[in-house]
Amino acid sequence: MTPSPINDASNSWEQGGPERLYVITGGRGASGRRADLDLVTLVVARAAARPEMQPEHASILRMCHYPLSMAEISAYLKLPFSVVAILVSDLLAESTVEVRATVRTAGIPDPELLKAVMYGLQKL
Amino acid sequence: MDSRSSELAVGPTREDALPASAATAVKIVVVGGFGVGKTTLVGSVSEIRPLTTEETMTEVSVGVDDVRGVEQKNATTVAMDFGRISINEELVLYLFGTPGQQRFWFLWTGLFEGALGAVVLVDTRRLEASFDVIGRLEDGGVPFIVAVNAFPDAPAHPLDQVRAALDLSPTVPIVECDARSRASSRDTLLALMRYLYSLSIQSAAPMAASAATE
Ligand SMILES: Nc1nc2c(ncn2[C@@H]2O[C@H](COP(=O)(O)OP(=O)(O)O)[C@@H](O)[C@H]2O)c(=O)[nH]1
Ligand SMILES: [Mg+2]
Repeated sequence: MTPSPINDASNSWEQGGPERLYVITGGRGASGRRADLDLVTLVVARAAARPEMQPEHASILRMCHYPLSMAEISAYLKLPFSVVAILVSDLLAESTVEVRATVRTAGIPDPELLKAVMYGLQKL
Repeated sequence: MDSRSSELAVGPTREDALPASAATAVKIVVVGGFGVGKTTLVGSVSEIRPLTTEETMTEVSVGVDDVRGVEQKNATTVAMDFGRISINEELVLYLFGTPGQQRFWFLWTGLFEGALGAVVLVDTRRLEASFDVIGRLEDGGVPFIVAVNAFPDAPAHPLDQVRAALDLSPTVPIVECDARSRASSRDTLLALMRYLYSLSIQSAAPMAASAATE
């Protein structure tokens, strides 16, 4: 292989540029993504990574041996949150991960939840 | 391709992993202008080294010169630092440091909608940078407190003066904060939690009253 003469293009691939993101998600946009995935949705693997899997899917299964937030997955994979949301949606569809529901506070949060957070912070 | 294969082993160290029992996650958003101390505050209280999540804007916007979160290599990427505090075996708190410009808030689905509340971090040398943020949070019904990050070269402003300058509602708490200090940052978060708790008690009270009359 000759090195790419177009430095910008290869750089963009390496750095998570648009071309690479397009390949990782198979060109899907928001249609491939479950709407209930939040930055702090906790993801847990329910199956082991398989050799034939897309590398990003396999990485998610490996790193989610213990619960991990969508934001952390995005940080470790160095991929935008929206791309991670599509990848996790794929894994949810094949039941290889489960998600632990985010507390959706409709307005003011529950006092008991707030008390628990305060108690935890006081121990810091 | 090196960068691709090196991704395969990424993830948290065992030390940075949550317990298997972690079941619920909540978040607080720290919002403020560039250099106001958001990442510092998050890092002061976080149990993990602050991490960065990013989001890509679908279109290149003009006037990105005021957007310091945008990385040089890609003008359409906005970064957000975050940290984590394990509250107990089941409950995890995440803290997100978010740029003040509202158009970025929509890049991350539910950033504010699902949040317990927000801390508006304010630098008294640039108070005007906070007007917009505060207005947007009020409009969006996001409960928040204001934390004044005291920089040594900033003129000393009594909190009452800052409250007046920001035209804050008298019920919104305003506190002083040194984002570099773990204790001060923790106390800032506790001030937000106490405020949220008082709001939750108030919102529960009318229901209790109406139940009593039935
Ligand atoms: N003196 C002082 N400096 C601070 C404080 N908080 C942050 N800084 C410094 O201000 C700079 C910008 O802080 P940073 O957290 O990166 O701001 P961000 O852009 O809001 O994330 C850093 O050099 C910090 O060390 C503070 O409370 N007091
Ligand atoms: Mg920062």
